[in-house]
Amino acid sequence: MRYIDEFRDPSSIKRQLKEINKQAEKLPSPVYLMEVCGTHTMAIGRFGIRQALPKNIKLISGPGCPVCVTPDSYIDKAIYLSHLKDVIITTFGDMVKVPGSSSSLEKEKSEGRDIRIVYSPLEALAIAEESPHKNNIFLGVGFETTTPAVALTIKKADEEGIKNFYVLSGHKLIPPAMKTLMEDKEVRIDGFICPGHVSAITGSKPYIAISEKYNVPSVITGFEPYDILEGILILTEKIVRGEYKDVVIQYKRVVKPEGNQKARKVMKDVFEVVDAEWRGIGVIKKSGLKIRKRYEGFDAESHFPVKVKEKRKRCGCICGDILKGKRQPTDCKMFGTICTPESPLGPCMVSSEGTCAAFYKYGG
Amino acid sequence: MKVIEVKRETARVECEGIIRDVNIQFLKGVKEGDYVIIHAGIAIEKLDKKEAEKTLRIIKNEIYR
Repeated sequence: MRYIDEFRDPSSIKRQLKEINKQAEKLPSPVYLMEVCGTHTMAIGRFGIRQALPKNIKLISGPGCPVCVTPDSYIDKAIYLSHLKDVIITTFGDMVKVPGSSSSLEKEKSEGRDIRIVYSPLEALAIAEESPHKNNIFLGVGFETTTPAVALTIKKADEEGIKNFYVLSGHKLIPPAMKTLMEDKEVRIDGFICPGHVSAITGSKPYIAISEKYNVPSVITGFEPYDILEGILILTEKIVRGEYKDVVIQYKRVVKPEGNQKARKVMKDVFEVVDAEWRGIGVIKKSGLKIRKRYEGFDAESHFPVKVKEKRKRCGCICGDILKGKRQPTDCKMFGTICTPESPLGPCMVSSEGTCAAFYKYGG
Repeated sequence: MKVIEVKRETARVECEGIIRDVNIQFLKGVKEGDYVIIHAGIAIEKLDKKEAEKTLRIIKNEIYR
């Protein structure tokens, strides 16, 4: 038993599709369901779910790819920091290819900057311990799933008295972005497929507030085909019945209604909520996380005076609209022509969880 | 990933022959044989075997959803 393959059983998938089709016939008009999370976007592409659905159930991809929503200014700051003397930059792999306004970390690395890819922030801390004469700056990017790990690492650094470890926080929160999309009159969302692993931390409470305020049902699903189709079926049933204020946890084997309180406590101890810029969306109030004063010694922004000029060199792609679910990758004239995973222009193609990367790999 | 050994703050986990040591500080009572969800080197949740089995019975059409 691996608790993976069993959720890919073809006969149950056929049954689910039959049920979904039955419900879809009762819909008076097409419905638009947003999968908020990039991992869902990839799974939907990989298992051909979009193509298997009835024509009046449309899946649109949301802003839940952390690399994709990281603005140019953050990348520019990271590049600036990589130029400082005796600095090691540590980062998750997806970040290195993301274009800033004039360069990328990958390009800087090829020109000799010490930029290292890590799997975990704890690994970044270990590098800092091994290199006491260097300033180690970890690029903290990610949502509620990743932030507790970074918070725990900062606490460990504090407990162990490590003085050469810093975090450049670009952490963001998912629910404020969902609210922003619901406020945008150009975006139509009839139901949310909420991120499974973000929800393992947050629980279902933040979505209940959104569903109640905006009359939009939500379902928290897992990442296997059975889970995603079950989520789509639940949402379609809710829409047919007019049960718009409901939030359902389908991914009960992992997500508890209360989430992971221990992880949230550590996150809250280390970070405070601030306004944050999202690439393609703009500034969203109370959607970002800054290191609290108590842990200021680990905050790269307060330790190093980062000077970055506002540059607005745009590649001309439509990543912004794609991140908001307004348009699809295939609407972009650069998609698959001059913008490919091998030479990406926009962040949605760079990240392995980006919508463009998913469409390129698996078809739209 | 499946827990094959529990230390104090960490556990050794395995999936398809890949073995990793992960931090388990966010979870209570992790024991050998548990399945955990890993993100960025940290276990963020334990898999609830009872719930997983229930879903699998629905998949096998043994019980209704």
